[in-house]
Amino acid sequence: MARIADVVVIGGGLHGCSTALHLALRGLKPILVEKDYAGRHASGVNAGGVRQLARDIAEIPLSVSSMAIWEHVEELVGDDCGFASHGTVLVAESEAELADFQARVDDLRLRGFVHEELIDRTELRRLVPAVSDHCPGGVVSRRDGAADPFRTTQAFRKRAIEKGAEVMEGVVVTGLSRVGGQWRVETSGGPIEAPKVVNAAGAWADRIASMLGEPVPLEVIAPMLMVTSRLPAFIEPVVILRGRKLSFKQVSNGTVVIGGGHRAQPFRDQNRTVLDWQKLAVSAATVWELFPVMREATIMRAWAGIEARMPDDLPVIGPSSTSEGIYHQFGFSAHGFQLGPGTGAMMAELVATGATNVPIDGLGIERFAAS
Amino acid sequence: MTEASNFASSYDLVVIGGGPAGLAAAALASRAGASTVLFDENPDIGGQIYRGITSTPIKSHAVLGEDYWAGAALAAEAKASGALIVTGATVWSLDPSRLVGVSVAGKARMIQAQRVIIATGSLERPFPLPGWTLPGVMTAGAAQTALKAHGLVPDGRVLLAGCGPLLWLLAAQLLRAGTKIEAILDTTPRSNWLRALPHLPDFLLSSYWSKGLALLREVKAKVPVIPIQRLSAHGEGKLQHVEYRSSGKDYRRRVDMLLLHQGVVPNVNLASAAGVAHRWNERQLCLEPVLDVDFGSSVPGIAVAGDGAGIAGGAAAAERGRIAAIAAVHALRPSASVPDPQSVRQRLQREELGRGFLDTLYRPADAFRLPEGETIVCRCEEVTAKQIHDMTAMGCEGPNQMKAFLRCGMGPCQGRLCGLTVTELIAAGRHARPADVGYYRLRPPVKPITLAELASLPISEAERKAVER
Amino acid sequence: MFKRLDEAASIVAIEVDGKTVRARSGDTVAAAMLAGGIDHCRTTPVSGAPRAPYCLMGVCFECLVTIDGVGSRQGCLVPVRDGMRVETQQGKREVGR
Repeated sequence: MARIADVVVIGGGLHGCSTALHLALRGLKPILVEKDYAGRHASGVNAGGVRQLARDIAEIPLSVSSMAIWEHVEELVGDDCGFASHGTVLVAESEAELADFQARVDDLRLRGFVHEELIDRTELRRLVPAVSDHCPGGVVSRRDGAADPFRTTQAFRKRAIEKGAEVMEGVVVTGLSRVGGQWRVETSGGPIEAPKVVNAAGAWADRIASMLGEPVPLEVIAPMLMVTSRLPAFIEPVVILRGRKLSFKQVSNGTVVIGGGHRAQPFRDQNRTVLDWQKLAVSAATVWELFPVMREATIMRAWAGIEARMPDDLPVIGPSSTSEGIYHQFGFSAHGFQLGPGTGAMMAELVATGATNVPIDGLGIERFAAS
Repeated sequence: MTEASNFASSYDLVVIGGGPAGLAAAALASRAGASTVLFDENPDIGGQIYRGITSTPIKSHAVLGEDYWAGAALAAEAKASGALIVTGATVWSLDPSRLVGVSVAGKARMIQAQRVIIATGSLERPFPLPGWTLPGVMTAGAAQTALKAHGLVPDGRVLLAGCGPLLWLLAAQLLRAGTKIEAILDTTPRSNWLRALPHLPDFLLSSYWSKGLALLREVKAKVPVIPIQRLSAHGEGKLQHVEYRSSGKDYRRRVDMLLLHQGVVPNVNLASAAGVAHRWNERQLCLEPVLDVDFGSSVPGIAVAGDGAGIAGGAAAAERGRIAAIAAVHALRPSASVPDPQSVRQRLQREELGRGFLDTLYRPADAFRLPEGETIVCRCEEVTAKQIHDMTAMGCEGPNQMKAFLRCGMGPCQGRLCGLTVTELIAAGRHARPADVGYYRLRPPVKPITLAELASLPISEAERKAVER
Repeated sequence: MFKRLDEAASIVAIEVDGKTVRARSGDTVAAAMLAGGIDHCRTTPVSGAPRAPYCLMGVCFECLVTIDGVGSRQGCLVPVRDGMRVETQQGKREVGR
């Protein structure tokens, strides 16, 4: 006998857990299927940036709606998720770069978005006292922050279960078929039948899409991160660069997480990545130049999560273009953590009512149909 | 000293660790014509068993014993073999393509190896008892290193506690050096004797038998041995007294040094981070790599020799190193002449004889492996047994989730001193087997490196400028 | 905590927190501190508890000290050099040291 659900959510990352929670909050019965355990991959091991700054225009509305949830996340999931709001600062390394940033901020204002704010040399040093002298200014998004990624994913998972979702971990989806107006999801833990399915399978989402005859050009990537030993507090906001790859933040326990997008080699079938130390050395050299005080800091660990990237660096969000009752929610590499809470709420609304007020134009899977 | 900038960009064989396995492997491979480099992070070769073998200030052979001095020949052989031997060299990364990340004197390099032999040996099993983080509490191995490498002996009132051959060896060495030992607190569970009996015939044939018996006699003639079932260390800022239970009665004793030991376990961090498959060894209660008859691992071209391959002692380690080196030479230069592997295997078999008896007899009691309450499990992040018990009760299923919640295993020692305890505690809490609970996923760098060291890796201008999206 | 069996060997002087400590050439920093009567080499970043070398074989990281300005070095792996400056580490060490 197949289990019966209102919605099957495939993937136990933050997105899957958030969607399952919001579906349950709407009174539906979701079953979430996760092949490892919730937060095992990108959701649990990313840098934890909760960032509206420097996003593509197409996902700003979703990001803004997600921020509203982040600011009250404890009310939603009963845990503050380690969320602290000290802003994100995009540091300009030259006057030319700063001029580019000015143009972007002006453009956003014309479109009605005011969260990005240009800052001069003085304000940059007030926010980030340790930054190297050569940086003339930057952009700040003051409401941005950072949270603990694994804790966040676990909190959403736990609250989803409390609200009536079922979470099956260590269970792999092996097939999808249409049976009498229902979707039959074959899994290693037995079949599940539901009228609707959400594909939030992250770096494995293309395989789910393939089962539906809807191939997508998903690239499996593994952005590397490294973390230092505990240091006394010296920087509050998250710092990012654009010209060179760097994201940099100090966690409340004193450790500093250094990322920025240099990639490891992913082996998604083995849940493994192999780090590229030459590229981590580039990150180290960048930190060396930007934050001279960090030069003797000790690197404790480096790692890479397995993530899904789409060719246009935008996620795939919305209904399937081929299969009724299927919804996609993947392809968030490097920018999905902040979007998780809001996208789950939006997706639950879309699945439950057939429509959503949050603009997701341009994010649908149909944009890859021609290719 | 050899500087990092002097290394070749690739070698036929990279040997990691300069103990008996590494020295024997490097000597054999280099003599067979393979370009060989051996890295050891200590100031001198010898590993822990032959620590300070070329530099010890202890001149009297009697103090450390003939088994120790056997290491001198091995060290001389390796030095004469033509292998490049680099001490003070920390290997912090090894990946499945055998790219080796190594630092010497604050400078890092990546080196490509055709073959790798990991010979990083063992470390002492965690001994998580109340107060084990106090200054004045050390491992028996630490006291032995202080003696061998530096000619230092513990000062004041000294207690030894635990079980296992090394504890008795250290006691004998300290006594011969003129140190007074107040007592040995023996934690060997009485019931172990009965369990070990079936292994006795093999043990009687092994070299351990006569040597072990002589050692016990030598120590027991001079030091009271007290069987105990409970132990804790106490003091303000440093060790001042211990409390223990013996035959149902509680005792308190003023003491300046407490030296702990309950066996050694493979140091799995480097092999595990390189992707080598490991499994739980229920008899030795530890993780060990899955290896073939040549000590080759699940990662092509990477072998693990010595005690890192499973605990068998120093003489066995050297033979294992030779077997791994013969396999490496065969793969690199099929026509090179190497010793007959069969005779090496026979010697190894002899050396491994008797382990069953020792492993069973000295299997540490649950009370000394599965701490409770406020006893610290993770020394770096100061995570207590109670926190791990509570988290397990809340449904945390494995060490990696535990890491994310409690930060246990996230400090600089990278789980070396808490990994086994955490796995066993979770297993006990879940009524599962340690094998099913699993171990920390270990990540490079397997030893912390400074940002400056990492930034010192030679980077091409193209890589520095490359901006991928 | 430790004493030397034999004082005859060649002697170097290192400085630990400004105090001169005589060591044997060939000692590691951790060994020199143990022989020099220094009863802890750091306090922990979590609770501030004092710690002294525990394993002397490079695995426990209890002997972390600042050596010639470079922080968090394993004292048990670094040989002493005449004139070396060693500082014990208090809690989370300062950034840039």
